[in-house]
Amino acid sequence: MSPLSLALGHCLPELILAAGSVVLLFVGAIRGKEQDGLLTEFSVGVLAVAIAVILLGSKTNAVVLDGAFIDDGFGRFMKVFTLGCSLVTVAMSQDFLAREKINKFEFPILVLLSTLGMLMLISADGLIALYLGLELMSLALYVLAAFHRENIRASEAGLKYFVLGALSSGMLLYGASLLYGFAGTVSFTGIAAAIGSSAALGVTFGLAFVMAGLAFKMSAVPFHMWSPDVYEGAPTPVTTFFATAVKLAAIAITIRVVITVFEGIPGQWRQLVTFISILSMALGAFAAIGQANIKRLMAYSAIGHIGYALVGLAAGGEMGVSSVLAYMAIYVVMTLGTFAGILLMRVNGQNVENIADLSGLARTDGVMAFFLATMMFSLAGVPPLAGFFAKWYVFNAAIQAGLYPLAVIGILSSAVSAYYYLRIVKVMYFDEPAPAFDKPAPAPRAVLATTGLLVVFLFAYPGGFIEATRTAASSLF
Amino acid sequence: MFGFGILTCVVFLPLVGAAFILALRGNDEATLNNARYAALGTTTVVFLLALYVYAQFDPSSSAFQFVEEKTWLGQGLTYKMGIDGISLPFVLLTTFLMPICILASWQSIQNRVKEYMVTFLILETLMTGVFCALDLVLFYLFFEGQLIPMFLIIGIWGHARRVYAAFKFFLYTFAGSVLMLLAVMAMYGTAGTTDIATLLHTHFPSSMQKWLWLAFFASLAVKTPMWPVHTWLPDAHVEAPTAGSVILAGVLLKMGGYGFIRFSLPMFPEASAYFTPLVFALSIVAIVYTSLVALVQENMKKLIAYSSVAHMGFVTMGLFSVTAQGMQGAVFQMISHGLVSSALFLCVGVLYDRKHTYDITAYGGVVARMPLYAAVFMLFTLANIGLPGTSGFIGEFLTLIGTFNVNSIVALFAATGTILSAAYALYLYRRVVFGVLEKPSLAAVSDLSWREAAVFAPLVLFTIFYGVRPAPVLDGTAAAIDVLIKDYDTAVGAAKAAALP
Repeated sequence: MSPLSLALGHCLPELILAAGSVVLLFVGAIRGKEQDGLLTEFSVGVLAVAIAVILLGSKTNAVVLDGAFIDDGFGRFMKVFTLGCSLVTVAMSQDFLAREKINKFEFPILVLLSTLGMLMLISADGLIALYLGLELMSLALYVLAAFHRENIRASEAGLKYFVLGALSSGMLLYGASLLYGFAGTVSFTGIAAAIGSSAALGVTFGLAFVMAGLAFKMSAVPFHMWSPDVYEGAPTPVTTFFATAVKLAAIAITIRVVITVFEGIPGQWRQLVTFISILSMALGAFAAIGQANIKRLMAYSAIGHIGYALVGLAAGGEMGVSSVLAYMAIYVVMTLGTFAGILLMRVNGQNVENIADLSGLARTDGVMAFFLATMMFSLAGVPPLAGFFAKWYVFNAAIQAGLYPLAVIGILSSAVSAYYYLRIVKVMYFDEPAPAFDKPAPAPRAVLATTGLLVVFLFAYPGGFIEATRTAASSLF
Repeated sequence: MFGFGILTCVVFLPLVGAAFILALRGNDEATLNNARYAALGTTTVVFLLALYVYAQFDPSSSAFQFVEEKTWLGQGLTYKMGIDGISLPFVLLTTFLMPICILASWQSIQNRVKEYMVTFLILETLMTGVFCALDLVLFYLFFEGQLIPMFLIIGIWGHARRVYAAFKFFLYTFAGSVLMLLAVMAMYGTAGTTDIATLLHTHFPSSMQKWLWLAFFASLAVKTPMWPVHTWLPDAHVEAPTAGSVILAGVLLKMGGYGFIRFSLPMFPEASAYFTPLVFALSIVAIVYTSLVALVQENMKKLIAYSSVAHMGFVTMGLFSVTAQGMQGAVFQMISHGLVSSALFLCVGVLYDRKHTYDITAYGGVVARMPLYAAVFMLFTLANIGLPGTSGFIGEFLTLIGTFNVNSIVALFAATGTILSAAYALYLYRRVVFGVLEKPSLAAVSDLSWREAAVFAPLVLFTIFYGVRPAPVLDGTAAAIDVLIKDYDTAVGAAKAAALP
């Protein structure tokens, strides 16, 4: 097989997304402003095909395109879940957008383009490819955040995200230039070889700046300032996208950079990751307590969860990485379910997003209350729900790596954060009913039920899933 | 069935009943009655199955029996169930109390009946699971999982300050337990498995044992509860519905003691020996101080809740005496307390169902209208004091003997607790039952109905039966406890010998 066709075979999912979005853009432009959900359905189809290609395609690992693109088990695992998040986001968005009168045909296409950027980011094996993927992802996200352009909060969200995002890109580029200057190559393996096991000052600076840029995308403390405002202001499907797919891609590239580029200097990156992790967990635990808006609460909750995932990364090694994969996979399932629930919060055709609007939900819609409560208990990490297994694996990795203070701080902040998840359960189950929600839209309802069942029944057969995370992690080492 | 054994059946059968109730449609009285009967039927069948297990159980062996093992999470984490002489009595107690709880809620719960029954059935699965699990992670799963149904039971069906009590209960227990989870991980790292049978024979380094012991203590002391982390219990009890209090006092509190005897003592013997003075001190404070606190309570449920804390003090004291009498007495005390305090909460619930208050001052002289009730209440009050001839006596007496052999000062202080318990229990009884019936609101109060009598009958029977003939429980636990004590003494002796120059 010629090198080119080999390369194309390895980036088939990316090609499908690229071709799909271009074709759909044409179709949309020709059909005009009418948006009847056709493009949404086609986009879901494109994403589904991309997932199928990864799942059924070859499982050989390779570095192609002159060392810019790596196709490995780790990447495939992350890509499947990222694509899945995009698919669910697009599928759930139609009803919401139509109701808010912003159902322009560009929405699913922007999601596709952003997802394409994420896939490239996940597979990046060099600094240029990393930046390319990151920017493709981010540019589409800036537009998506401000998609509701008549809404002042959404415009604010878009602008805030854009300005801060540009700043973080600049920091990342500065760090990348330092690394390039030190190693004379942009390839990850090349830089790793140049670093060896001693950290020069320039490398340490480069590491810090690259991590700052990536922490911004993950919304980890201290680069989280944008996320509560953007989560609250952006249309709910976009927030869903931010909280799931974007986080997966960002943490995937963080893991890849830390493990492949800086493997030789664990003393340097472990300090940084631990620091970011502790701050994120603590802020996520305490800042969410006072929130009245559920999207804002989920923003702080997401910051905390990134902190927990980074506990696994701080532990490092195959065990640590596989624990992060398990954590993120379970986290996105819980988050998709929660946001499906938020999308269902609609009174008299108006979307509402205050926690108080959920009052007495158990009596007006028992099924929805049950599944949302499941999500909350699971996010709090109460067994036997999926969130417990996620916490078990990351903290176990930290304990086995001897990071006792980190594990203790983390587990105590998870006990603190249990309070605000319980508060939502309390509002739904103990309080007097507020006006009932409108007849639920089918797509979010189905997502809520499916994710709810996954979260409840993971304990019955967790073996296969855990094995998958281990196989994926082992390809990095 | 499907390669699973009888214990899986006992543990997960309630979920079948829960699924059946969930499938019921409609909210009319007939459907609700179906839900009640389904819950009662399921819990009764589970109890009969547990009795079958009891009949098949070989009390002379100290090994785990009915063991079943399946792959679960992989890498040393398995789905492993099994029981020995220590856990069997708790399984029986749990499954025995469940039908009683369902019966006790027959009339008093009229609001969201189906959800109530489902929550209780799920709770039963998690409770029996705790005592059957032979894998630490599986144990933790059941142990922590109970917080969800119990939180909902207190919060939905509780009384005025239910939200506060539910949050306090959940957060106290959760914060304690997460530290235990870290200890489990550390043990997993050392031993490479979380199989309890293997861990019982794994020697952890002395310095590590102390940390592990403290982490487990953080969780178990809250659950037991021991002074000074007992404050969630009175709140939870006062706000919980009657059946919730029964489960809380009857089963949930026992998990603390069970954890000490299953994990802390056999797995960290050196640390246990090191921390025994601490446990003794806290136990004495619990016995004396909470008895005094109970004396001044104006709320019946709160009084019984404090008396539970005091009785649990005897349990922890007996366990850490690490003598055959002390430990068997502690197990017996837990079983007896499970019967007696459950019955006391049911007694209080009977009054609450009629007058809707727990205030002691709202009652007085009910013996004139409720003679049968007065007799039942009297029996359980005396059992709570530890009168010979009731099950309460055996447990307290044995724990005191066991402790006296080890540390007579501790036993001396603890013995004052029995006097104080007589004071507060009889004082409560006098104010509620005796005296002249002068409150007009009590003039028409009715005696026990046949359903309430049926609830009390088995409890009365077992309280007296075990008071006269404690052998079934004591003989069953003897083999397992003997081995435990032998291993403990060997480990502590070896550590002492190693410490000598």
